[in-house]
Amino acid sequence: MPREQFQADLDRLQDGLLEMGAMVDRQIERAMAALVERDVALADAVIRDDAEVNRKRFDLDNQVLHLLAQQGPMARDLRVVISVLSMVVDLERMGDHAKGIGAIVQMMSDEPLVKPLVDIPEMATRARSMLNNSLDAFVNGDIEAAYRVGQADDGVDELQDRVYKDLVAIMINDPATVEPCTHLLWVAHNLERIADRTTNIAERVVFAETGEIVEMDLSTY
Amino acid sequence: MVGNVTDEAERTAASAAARAAGVSVQAGVRATEPEPAAEPGIAVEMRNISLWYGQKQAVGNVSLDVPRNRVTALIGPSGCGKSTLLRCINRMNDLIDGVRIEGEVMIDGANIYAPNTEPSQVRRHVGMVFQKPNPFPKSIYDNVAFGAKINGYTGNMDDLVEESLTKAALWDEVKHELKKSGLALSGGQQQRLCIARAIAVNPEIVLMDEPCSALDPIATQRIEDLMLELANDYTIVVVTHNMQQAARVSHKTAFMLAEDDLVGRLIEFSDTDEIFLNPQDSRTEEYITGRFG
Repeated sequence: MPREQFQADLDRLQDGLLEMGAMVDRQIERAMAALVERDVALADAVIRDDAEVNRKRFDLDNQVLHLLAQQGPMARDLRVVISVLSMVVDLERMGDHAKGIGAIVQMMSDEPLVKPLVDIPEMATRARSMLNNSLDAFVNGDIEAAYRVGQADDGVDELQDRVYKDLVAIMINDPATVEPCTHLLWVAHNLERIADRTTNIAERVVFAETGEIVEMDLSTY
Repeated sequence: MVGNVTDEAERTAASAAARAAGVSVQAGVRATEPEPAAEPGIAVEMRNISLWYGQKQAVGNVSLDVPRNRVTALIGPSGCGKSTLLRCINRMNDLIDGVRIEGEVMIDGANIYAPNTEPSQVRRHVGMVFQKPNPFPKSIYDNVAFGAKINGYTGNMDDLVEESLTKAALWDEVKHELKKSGLALSGGQQQRLCIARAIAVNPEIVLMDEPCSALDPIATQRIEDLMLELANDYTIVVVTHNMQQAARVSHKTAFMLAEDDLVGRLIEFSDTDEIFLNPQDSRTEEYITGRFG
């Protein structure tokens, strides 16, 4: 088989990307568990473990640099490698948003919830699903699946809109709830950003497969 | 605010890396692509060129428009007919017994294969630089002046030699030793001397057949820089086995391939960025990604 080493390097890069995606997914899951369970210790762990995600990103950056320098990838190979370089930035930032949720949980400490957590966990579920679907689309070179990720972002945006309206109404009724409501608004914002970043990954899938740069993020947030 | 706002600046790292790889990441952009620069016009128009060595067909029905004042690269595996096609542009194949050519090569609106066209006249307009530097066993000065003398050049020969050597990026290195033998120069200098010799007769087109394959990386870099400079004044067509070189120096790239019948055909011809970032033919993709060839 031609270029065995190159193909092995590409496979290793793709595996690394999936590992990083799984790490970020786990960080979001734990951050949300910390929020729902009001588990500050778990929030601390999420914040601490963000460094692992960052290390993984730099490791993948290095792999990309070596591939570019040593193998001179061309055409689809080049687009795939460049896409990975872009995707790891998005994944690292998603990790930061999970860390951000952990920090909010720390701030909330044991303050009472101003509303039941329904829409916010649903935002997290959808964002995680979008993350996994975008990476699957990349691995499978599935453009249609990538576009479905872009479409799914609208649902997350609608949920955030609803959360925003609910919390504003609560704040208007009882100004004493401004601080806890604001905390939840921040959580929703972080989840909306995570979902947005998955559409960046989906855009990169289209680029890797077709060479075309498309804009899926039509979010108003 | 807790959490993070978007940080799009980081994404520019990807495009920077693409540039480091020698290919513009913008090449694949369609939705946001800037308006292309004005087309430079056509210097060489090849129409349905086929070539036979005796009974064996080597080139099959190639049509290709070479843009003026641009570097056009011909790439493809060994035996794909790219050097043969290159030599069709200055009738160099006429020197080989048993060669038969069909089709037209139009330069300045005239078919260079028309019955009343002299190959020597064609070669005055189309210079050539070969794989191995081949200076004459004469002084540096005489190497450059040789073609102009034969053509009856009546201008100032000293000026012509200086101008040609300057354009070939060799003048500063040899200006104090013009009487030295061309053969005493280094390989890279010899190749630049051959380029000076080729452009001294004021051709419109300069053909280069793997001009760097016998040179070290530093000499190669100088020739590559030179190619792009020369494209301001000349139309360059270069055959290269080095795909990174084609990606670095050329504006257009033609990919040729001889498949089962061993006849070299043009598979894809496009802007170089497009060929190396997003080729349209799977055979081009397989070749430039190293899957075969």
